[in-house]
Amino acid sequence: MASITLRINGRDRSVSVAPETPLLWVLRDTLQLTGTKFGCGAGLCGACTVHLDGQAARSCATPVSQASGKNITTIEGLSANGLHPLQLAWIAEQVPQCGYCQAGQIMAAAALLGRTPHPSDDQITQAMNGNLCRCGTYDRIRRAIHRAAGGAG
Amino acid sequence: MSPLSRREFLSVGAAAGAGLVIGFYLPHGSSQSGRFAPSAYLKISPDGKITVVVARSEMGQGVWTSLPMILAEELEADWNEISIEQAGASTLFGDQSTGGSASVRTTWDPMRKAGASAREMLISAAALEWGVPRASCKAQNSAVIHSDSNRRMTYGELANKAASLPVPTDPPLKSAKDYQIVGKMIPRLDVPSKVDGTAAYGIDCRLPGMKYAVIARSPTFGGKLLSFDDKDSRKVAGVSYVGKVSDSAVAVVADSVYGAMDGRRVLNVAWDEGPNRDLSSPKIFEELKALAAGKAVTLYSRGDVSKAAGRGLEASYQLPFMAHAPMEPGNCTAQSREKSCELWAPTQVPQDVRDSVAQAIGLAPDQVKVNVTLMGGGFGRRLEHDYGVEAALVSKATLAPIQVIWTREDDMRNSTYRPASYHQLSAQLDGAGWPTAFSHRIVSPSISAQKGSPGEGGVDPDLKDEAALIYPFPNAALEYADSQTPVPLGWMRSVYALQVAFASESFVDELAAAAKRDPLDYRLHLLREDEDIRFFDTTWRTARMRGTLELAAEKAGWGKALAAGHYQGIACFGCFSSYMAEVVELSMEGTQPRVHRVVAAIDCGQVVNPNILEQQIQGGVIYALTNALRGQITIEKGRVVQGNFDDYAPIRMGEAPVVEAHFVASSEAPTGAGEPPVPPLAPALSNALYGATKRRIRSLPILT
Repeated sequence: MASITLRINGRDRSVSVAPETPLLWVLRDTLQLTGTKFGCGAGLCGACTVHLDGQAARSCATPVSQASGKNITTIEGLSANGLHPLQLAWIAEQVPQCGYCQAGQIMAAAALLGRTPHPSDDQITQAMNGNLCRCGTYDRIRRAIHRAAGGAG
Repeated sequence: MSPLSRREFLSVGAAAGAGLVIGFYLPHGSSQSGRFAPSAYLKISPDGKITVVVARSEMGQGVWTSLPMILAEELEADWNEISIEQAGASTLFGDQSTGGSASVRTTWDPMRKAGASAREMLISAAALEWGVPRASCKAQNSAVIHSDSNRRMTYGELANKAASLPVPTDPPLKSAKDYQIVGKMIPRLDVPSKVDGTAAYGIDCRLPGMKYAVIARSPTFGGKLLSFDDKDSRKVAGVSYVGKVSDSAVAVVADSVYGAMDGRRVLNVAWDEGPNRDLSSPKIFEELKALAAGKAVTLYSRGDVSKAAGRGLEASYQLPFMAHAPMEPGNCTAQSREKSCELWAPTQVPQDVRDSVAQAIGLAPDQVKVNVTLMGGGFGRRLEHDYGVEAALVSKATLAPIQVIWTREDDMRNSTYRPASYHQLSAQLDGAGWPTAFSHRIVSPSISAQKGSPGEGGVDPDLKDEAALIYPFPNAALEYADSQTPVPLGWMRSVYALQVAFASESFVDELAAAAKRDPLDYRLHLLREDEDIRFFDTTWRTARMRGTLELAAEKAGWGKALAAGHYQGIACFGCFSSYMAEVVELSMEGTQPRVHRVVAAIDCGQVVNPNILEQQIQGGVIYALTNALRGQITIEKGRVVQGNFDDYAPIRMGEAPVVEAHFVASSEAPTGAGEPPVPPLAPALSNALYGATKRRIRSLPILT
């Protein structure tokens, strides 16, 4: 058990957990940031996607020790008021059904747009292929990403 | 309007303030369930807030939006003033089960009547207030207006007065041509909370002092706990309790999920693997096949198949067990006290959870309170009550609020599964290739029988909604043979319809091929006469099936030139009182199919919300594509082989086709939408594959 300082959504948070604890559980159980979801625990579904220094990362497979010193962004911190262009596009395209995977989807898409502001269909597929959705919202996710990127949506 | 945001999470079900409260009762659900009638409530407070209580569970299918729309339409409400309240398990609501594609179809009439009754009362209240004839008043946008005197009172202003008036028993209902809300692309009320992380699912429930539990369960079906040694588990930081939950389960409790998982990892358990330790999928299929030659009950017959003459064709089909695998793993939160227990349950059956929990921990049902949370998918998995019972038992044992969490592997290996099935089909064709007889014998373990409620005459009640043969063959026989299995069975999206449609619609394609006719023309010919076909409680109309098939074919450009190397396949099916047809377009990449486009048409009567209906179709098709290509649960040594999304691998974006949804225009009462899109996909896909490869797929999954 060690005290670890994490910079989450622009704030420093100090937690006392074993260094190998996956970031997911620190977010959800220690810090009550439950927008990040548990889906598989094995980096296979993407429901737990957050940003580490702007890069998409699977928090279920990231030991908290590796997240320390990085800027961690979760869905709660993606925008101040829920008005990130992707969130607006997600609403406009009415993407979510059950919605459980969507925080992870949006975080993956935000990381994509961060490095590729106007992605092609192939680039979207490549960036989003690690994020499962059992409600089958993939086509709407694609359209929402294009919309947020200001392209054909 | 953020329904059930985290802040409000604990106040779900709180009583409403003063104002107009309309209680109404919904009709009995389908006779198959034999359950009580559901009900819901409308509340209008003096400040004008209109609350519709939704007595069904939101699992992504849109009931938080579609059910209030139906009521708001008749109420002449301003949609922007509507908010919803999720009902927990109650005695006021009749059967609150969410399943069987039934939420809209069974609440349509009562929701309309409830809205209309309230509207009539509000009009009367205004007329009395103003001393004018009520016929000179009219309701519009959450207000009553009297044009002659240019007066207007809002529903909020009228609420108390209206509350003192008698409830009309038979209020007039609006005509479809006057609809302002029903049929419109109204945005879902739950979407904003689902893009900013505030939507609260069962797994997000947090109570003061809450601890987390994971459970070690018997690795085999029917195995029993012999003993356990928790010495190492208790050394794990945060672990506070290890104890037996049942004769086949041990709980490990900690102050974090990770701690509980870690504690379970080092738990030393000895299991008696029980009587099914040698059970395997091949054995199960051998049994199913053997049963096909035995006794069966008749589900439907017409003419006499034994007397039909012609060229005979036979084929058999089989489908494996499948797992629902919703994105949100199993979980439930419970707080047991001496004489009560409160649960926060992501459940499709709050009342069943209440009753099972009461029984398990020795309380009366009215001592158990079940709050219903949002669900990260259901697909039928949350028709079970196992999570609730586990959470209550562990909470009782630890005297702490407990959240039980299942890992993905727990969910995959301890689920209830879509039953494996075997299908024997035969037909006789006349000289022109048209069937003179068609027989289909379904062999599948019965879900209901396994759960202790075998249907009348040995007919699993679900088959009544999911196995209709809509082609009016001159001679036809549809039969069902039950089989026993120790593999736990559950209702999975579209239930038996997936199996029945795969076998039946693939075989119809075989007949078309044998007759050397186009698969669409062949089906349309079979459906050419307008006829009503009675199958248990449902009357199926060939005209509606034909219209749906024609719509899908037309939109898909059936018969027109396709891109080089592209092939189409078609299938149609009716279930949950709706008609569905799908055209799959694919090409081959080596030996593997690549599905590019699925064009789907549905006739489900009046469309309540085209956006939500399109979502159901897109979702149903993608779900079915996973089922068809890779959805296989394999049994070896009495246990499930698959464990996570690597070996039970749902469709990802890169494999997902474009899905186009088309609706047959209709003002018939709405019928099912959540499940009907599933069944035609597998046969349409395998029929397209036959076009591409000339090889007939008779067994799922397609990719092995």
